[in-house]
Amino acid sequence: MTRSFLEPNNLLRTLTVIGAAGLIILVTLYLALPVAALFFRTTPELFFSSLSDADVQSALRLSLITSVISLGIVILVGTPFAYIHCRNTYPGKMIVDTLIDLPLVLPPAVAGVALLVLYGRVGLIGRYLNIFGITLAFTTVAVIMAQIFVASPFYLRQAKSLFEQLDPAYEQTARTLGASAFRIFITITIPLTASGLVSGAVMTFGRALGEFGATIMFAGNLPGVTQTMPLAVYVGMEGNFNIGLTISILLVLISFAIMIAVRFLASREVQHA
Amino acid sequence: MLEANLHKQLRDFPLDLNLRVNPGEILVLMGENGAGKSTVLNSISGLLKPDNGSITLNKTPFFDSANAINLPVEDRHIGYVLQNIAAFPHLSVAENIAYGMKVQHIQKDLIIQRVNHWMELMDVQELAGVRAGNLSGGQKQRVALARALAIEPGLLMLDEPFTALDASSMDSVKHMVKDFVAERRIPCIVVTHRVEDAHDMGDRICILSQGTNIWEGKSRDLPAVGNGSVSKYAE
Repeated sequence: MTRSFLEPNNLLRTLTVIGAAGLIILVTLYLALPVAALFFRTTPELFFSSLSDADVQSALRLSLITSVISLGIVILVGTPFAYIHCRNTYPGKMIVDTLIDLPLVLPPAVAGVALLVLYGRVGLIGRYLNIFGITLAFTTVAVIMAQIFVASPFYLRQAKSLFEQLDPAYEQTARTLGASAFRIFITITIPLTASGLVSGAVMTFGRALGEFGATIMFAGNLPGVTQTMPLAVYVGMEGNFNIGLTISILLVLISFAIMIAVRFLASREVQHA
Repeated sequence: MLEANLHKQLRDFPLDLNLRVNPGEILVLMGENGAGKSTVLNSISGLLKPDNGSITLNKTPFFDSANAINLPVEDRHIGYVLQNIAAFPHLSVAENIAYGMKVQHIQKDLIIQRVNHWMELMDVQELAGVRAGNLSGGQKQRVALARALAIEPGLLMLDEPFTALDASSMDSVKHMVKDFVAERRIPCIVVTHRVEDAHDMGDRICILSQGTNIWEGKSRDLPAVGNGSVSKYAE
């Protein structure tokens, strides 16, 4: 006997399925449509002609260089920091934990103001640096400092979590075999957490590349010196819209590449014993 | 000879134990979960620091609370297979076995020779280039054993070393360990839950309960003890 979909049980199930499908479509469209709109608004000819614009190339070059340097510093300092932080207990560890996470919830503009108040010409530290002729604010170094401040939590949180989750038996076994702490870190800990560390690094790079608020506050918006891609988008929207659009599309493409890289790396984590 | 006089406050009870293991002797530690067996091995290896007491191996002090001596783990030169089968998953079988020898700067030719020797004995030579992460539990256990034995340690400690081995390789691995200990005249401690392992391996057996030694004797006396009380600990 065929049951009618109007029967109460079947009707409820049908409505649930329709509701669930509708919700998924709605959320997907909300996220995808603005991004898709960028591509519909331009043409390949317009995109490639804007790409050869000197301001676009300068912003692209500056963004890539500063983001790579920021990432390098975050990895070189952040990896041993996260390891030492995880493997030791010390007074104020919880405060340090909170400080690591702080830039994630702090509005980037506030981070920029904070950096300016500390390192600016009349800042708490900046005024002393100024005596020695060292100026940080409104320089390319300030761009890097702003990127590190805002983006480093992505890497530090990931590294901390990986080191905490690693089975201590691996490092303990290596110790009993005579390995020093440094050797264990290099030959056991890092290789066993490498995929996760790289995906954290990729996210950090993406965040550094997209940094706007802290950069404009602390580093300003000087073409060729501190004008990164997000800042060039802002300038483009006020002047040459096509340039703003082209850089936006570039950033979307880079973001997509980053997400694909993270997903790929997450899928090939080393199987632990 | 290993002599250990260990005192350590654990969460629920104090570990209070005197141990003496002669050269070439295998001491089997048994006891219920949480009796303190792994704590004993971790203390002797240096991974844990006892609250007080002393540990010496062939008159070399590993730990002496009275004289503030605590030799670092990496300087104790012991072979220790931990309960978690910690074959390094990112290294190949051969690299795993060579790890300790490389760390100790043993000559390259000798490392190659010993790696081949132990791969053959543990029947993993065909897996030489395979990453340990892709091995079965039994294969990982054999690699972890080979790695501990290959450094030719002055003391061997094995925590549940045979649990993942299949019946076909169990006997040969046990014989190999016994021969190694006898030939090299080193003290050996094996922690196990299984009575058959105690019978097969133990020259002497010690049963721990809540951090203290409640029975010690030869394996042949084991079944008779306390009308089955041993089986309570040896389940």
